[in-house]
Amino acid sequence: MTRIAGLFRRVAERDRRRIAFTLDGEAAEAFEGDTLLTAILLIRDHIRIAEFTEAPRAGFCLMGACQDCWVADADGRPLRACTTTVTEGMSIVTRK
Amino acid sequence: MSDQRIVIVGAGPAGLRAAERLVDHGLRPILLDEAPRVGGRIYQQAPEGAGFRRNAKTLYGFEAGKAERLFATHARIRDSIEHRAGAVAFDIADDRLIALIDGERQEIGFDRLVLATGAMDRVMPLPGWTLPGVFTLGAAQIALKHQGCAIGHHVAFLGAGPLLYLAAYQYAKAGVTVAAVVSSASLSSIAGSLPGLAAQPTTTAKGFAYIAKLRSWGIPVIGGARPSRLLGRDTVETLEVLVDGRIRNIDCDAVALGYGLKSETQLAELCGAQFAYDRDQQQWVPEIDAYGRAIGRQGVYLAGDGAGIGGADAAELRGMLAAEAVLQDLGLPRRDEKADAVLKSLQRWRQFRRAMDYGFPFPGVFAKELPDETVLCRCENVTAGEVRSAADQGLREINRVKAATRLGMGRCQGRICGAAGAEVLAARLGVSVDSVGRLRTQPPIKPVPIAALAGADE
Repeated sequence: MTRIAGLFRRVAERDRRRIAFTLDGEAAEAFEGDTLLTAILLIRDHIRIAEFTEAPRAGFCLMGACQDCWVADADGRPLRACTTTVTEGMSIVTRK
Repeated sequence: MSDQRIVIVGAGPAGLRAAERLVDHGLRPILLDEAPRVGGRIYQQAPEGAGFRRNAKTLYGFEAGKAERLFATHARIRDSIEHRAGAVAFDIADDRLIALIDGERQEIGFDRLVLATGAMDRVMPLPGWTLPGVFTLGAAQIALKHQGCAIGHHVAFLGAGPLLYLAAYQYAKAGVTVAAVVSSASLSSIAGSLPGLAAQPTTTAKGFAYIAKLRSWGIPVIGGARPSRLLGRDTVETLEVLVDGRIRNIDCDAVALGYGLKSETQLAELCGAQFAYDRDQQQWVPEIDAYGRAIGRQGVYLAGDGAGIGGADAAELRGMLAAEAVLQDLGLPRRDEKADAVLKSLQRWRQFRRAMDYGFPFPGVFAKELPDETVLCRCENVTAGEVRSAADQGLREINRVKAATRLGMGRCQGRICGAAGAEVLAARLGVSVDSVGRLRTQPPIKPVPIAALAGADE
């Protein structure tokens, strides 16, 4: 099955304030209250590249248990995408 | 009244009911939870103040009333508890809980500790399960409840247990195309569980109502299936299953995967609670008395799904009982005799749960047939073949296999791969799964900044 854009699809709660953030240096938009994981997967089909296999990963459990969705902020501080809320002006780096 | 410091970990149904009972007896417990809002996973709420508008009926369906009652209880007691939201409890040292709160390491001393840590999905890997688009069943529900999002456009549900049908129903209701609902449980095992399920007729009826609805919408609901692999280039595109010996390909762009639940027991283990293998649940659970007192560790109480899976309704009862035990052990006068009634209704839930375990067993048997190249440990990329080689080299215990292969040594601490890893090892050795032991927990139980690990010890 061919995918249209991001992995996720918004099916409700569309009347929320828009937020601007930066994803790997590119301007991106999210909704207020989106987690980083949601914001990224609405645009892209993966969150990060796995250390050992170089294969894409998109998180797995969404409840802070599997640790498969870590990204970083512009200063290199690690953030768990599924438990971090996206905020205005945030700069996210998914690639080293 | 009492200067005893009581700490509760987990603000789901069990933790909140425990807090309520303690507050009603004049105590002021500290309640920690990783989430910003109460409710746990089952009654997870949308983020606060961000413009989310769906009501309880939309979010929780048949369970809306229970969710609303729990939130009302929280509203009533919120000024009488110390709620530390966004707190990641990652270690226990003697009578101190160590947590990361707002990025800072904090030590919280306790006289009594109630662990209501809940559960997560229990997974059996299959080739292709690390492809983007494959999530746990719980993840599929969280995306919908917490974010108003679906994990894909064409979602296949794969696993066993009541959550499978519930989640598929919720997705279909939200307008998402459900490609298929594929269960490993056979019709005969489900039929065999019916007498036990009769202990909770309403809950059972709801389960069958979901299945009937799914069928009436033309969604394929398949039982007795054996999933063989997930295929896709960059993301998942096809779920391949064997049904009655025939290959069936299900086109999808997302898969929700889960075979029941698995208790989150890391904190219980770190504080010294004893564990036993539960054959009905097919997992290791902390040993407790009828009220939830941890065997092997005084002053610690276990409630809800973190102490063996019982479900959300039972969790509320187990939370009350754990608080009751705290009150008894503090020598505080009991105001009512409700505990006996609670014990009795819990008994009915146990009967129901045993039937569920029988009807929807964890398919440990699949472990034997997993191709060698199947990744078991997502963190460290350890395959089934590597675990089998370790067994062939004479390693017969899961922690020795962990040391040799790195299975379960990664950031998730074996939460995801532990159950399947033990099954693969046991199958290769030709022994029962409990005889290979269980993965030991190492603090920190969740990744925390190195600065947070240093502390009082330095």
